[in-house]
Amino acid sequence: MTNPVPTETRPVQVFLPHRAGLPRLVPYFSNLWKRRHFAVELSRASMRSAHTNTFFGQFWLVIGPALNAGVYFLLVSVIRGGNAGPDFFMHLLAGLFAFNFIQAVMSNGATSVTKGGNLVLNTAFPLLLLPFSALRTAFFRFVPSLIILLGFFIYFDYFGAQSQACDAVTGVCEELNTIHFTPIMFMAIPALLLIFIFAAGLSALMASVQIYFRDTTQLLPYATRIWLYLSPVLYYADQMKPWMLKLEILNPLYPLLGIWSETLVEGTIPPLTWWLGSAAWAFGSLFIGVFFFMSREREFAVRI
Amino acid sequence: MIDEETGATIPVAPDRPISDEIAISVQELDITYRTTFEKKPTLKQAIVRLGRGKRSVKTVEALKNVSFDVNRGSVLGIVGHNGAGKSTLMRAIAGIVPPTNGRIEVVGRTSTLLSLGVGFNRALTGRENVILGGLAAGLTKDELEDRYERIAEFAGLGDFIDMPMNTYSSGMGARLAFSVAVHLDPDILLIDEALSTGDAVFKEKATERMQELVDNSSTMLLISHALRTIINMSTECIWLDHGKLMMRGNPEEVVDAYTEFVHVKKTSATMNDM
Repeated sequence: MTNPVPTETRPVQVFLPHRAGLPRLVPYFSNLWKRRHFAVELSRASMRSAHTNTFFGQFWLVIGPALNAGVYFLLVSVIRGGNAGPDFFMHLLAGLFAFNFIQAVMSNGATSVTKGGNLVLNTAFPLLLLPFSALRTAFFRFVPSLIILLGFFIYFDYFGAQSQACDAVTGVCEELNTIHFTPIMFMAIPALLLIFIFAAGLSALMASVQIYFRDTTQLLPYATRIWLYLSPVLYYADQMKPWMLKLEILNPLYPLLGIWSETLVEGTIPPLTWWLGSAAWAFGSLFIGVFFFMSREREFAVRI
Repeated sequence: MIDEETGATIPVAPDRPISDEIAISVQELDITYRTTFEKKPTLKQAIVRLGRGKRSVKTVEALKNVSFDVNRGSVLGIVGHNGAGKSTLMRAIAGIVPPTNGRIEVVGRTSTLLSLGVGFNRALTGRENVILGGLAAGLTKDELEDRYERIAEFAGLGDFIDMPMNTYSSGMGARLAFSVAVHLDPDILLIDEALSTGDAVFKEKATERMQELVDNSSTMLLISHALRTIINMSTECIWLDHGKLMMRGNPEEVVDAYTEFVHVKKTSATMNDM
């Protein structure tokens, strides 16, 4: 019998009883990194298989957000009447797409472990790969909506210049369109990164909560809808009632979607407190979500 | 070796060198599952329980004070009735289920063949599933690239390899899954009832491949209800009953004791599938 691996290099694994403690972090994260291709492939597989039976197939990734934009265009610019300019429409669209991403991460993340029953029961791997794989899937579904967003930017930047409101008496004209390409837009990239980190934590947290309460996925749509209405997506932050504004310190999406919309749509640099608040929520979420998941994950195989 | 009654080829344990080194050490292992009565825990149930001020917990003692060592190079057969704790033992050694008490030491890379087609997605093609299943089992991308052709050829699906798996017959799916599983080349292989797969031609091929695995992998744990496979393939055998280690020793003797205990005659049917 030949054995290519000399004894000294064989990894020794020791399995001991535990009480909701953390596994050893360095081997855990190195293993997580080594197995990352599996998470990527799992996410790819779920994306490829999602639309195989539909006529438009993968085009739904673009059609979906485009229809979404259409619905809100109808709502904001046609039904509600003309006083909402393109800047509000873009604020709404950017916020909504980012919110949909977070919502998708939460719902996909929640079922990521419970759905992987056979896999979890029969293969040893860091289970954190499952919610992270769900995160990747949600992100790649979100990217096409950025293309839609870019399309509107090009449209407003190019055609919007002609929309002016001129005062009949003074003859002074005011430009209605405020949507332009500016260098500040690049600051939307770190904003998006913070949203992504925040979502990563939520994904892991939801996955572990779903193990203990299977009702989570049932409650989630209602909870997220309320969350949407409480966040400055369908309106501007300064349109909020004062008592609500005070409570927004508890809402992670207030600073996170705030910096996203301000940098991308309004072209203004948000105050430093918003950045710090966003970073605190993002890393807080990641820290709590990941460590809660890791402290519980060895119990998951028994519970699903 | 040929079975006189069925004429099938039966794998035979080779005269293999068994080293003094210990590959797996299981020490005073207890595993107790604490499950809530409800199959699926829900918020409503939790609130109801909260109202009553008690938690409804049912404990299942899957393994009780099990200790044994497996030397590198040996093939350990595991027999026992359904629910004896065989699969739990495998999962504990693989690191999937943590011990409640005791300690498990494993030297080397383990690979589990506990269930076929783990990680497969039926909407995808066979090719895509080989990649997915291989990564799920712990192969790296490079290792998979090296082995892909061998895996596909072994499954023998022809053009079906590029068709979605939901167009496969169940036998074809199992063949592909088996093919992925037996090309993992681990130090320690854990196998749970995966030997009877596919049609007669494939079974023959599968048996040959299992033999190769026995020859090449340094250590192997094997659960099977086909007692003849246990006798022929393993160098040592343990018998579990309701989570307790009843006996350990020479496969022939353990199987004899086990069959006597459960009052079945060693007929062809029990020996091939029990």
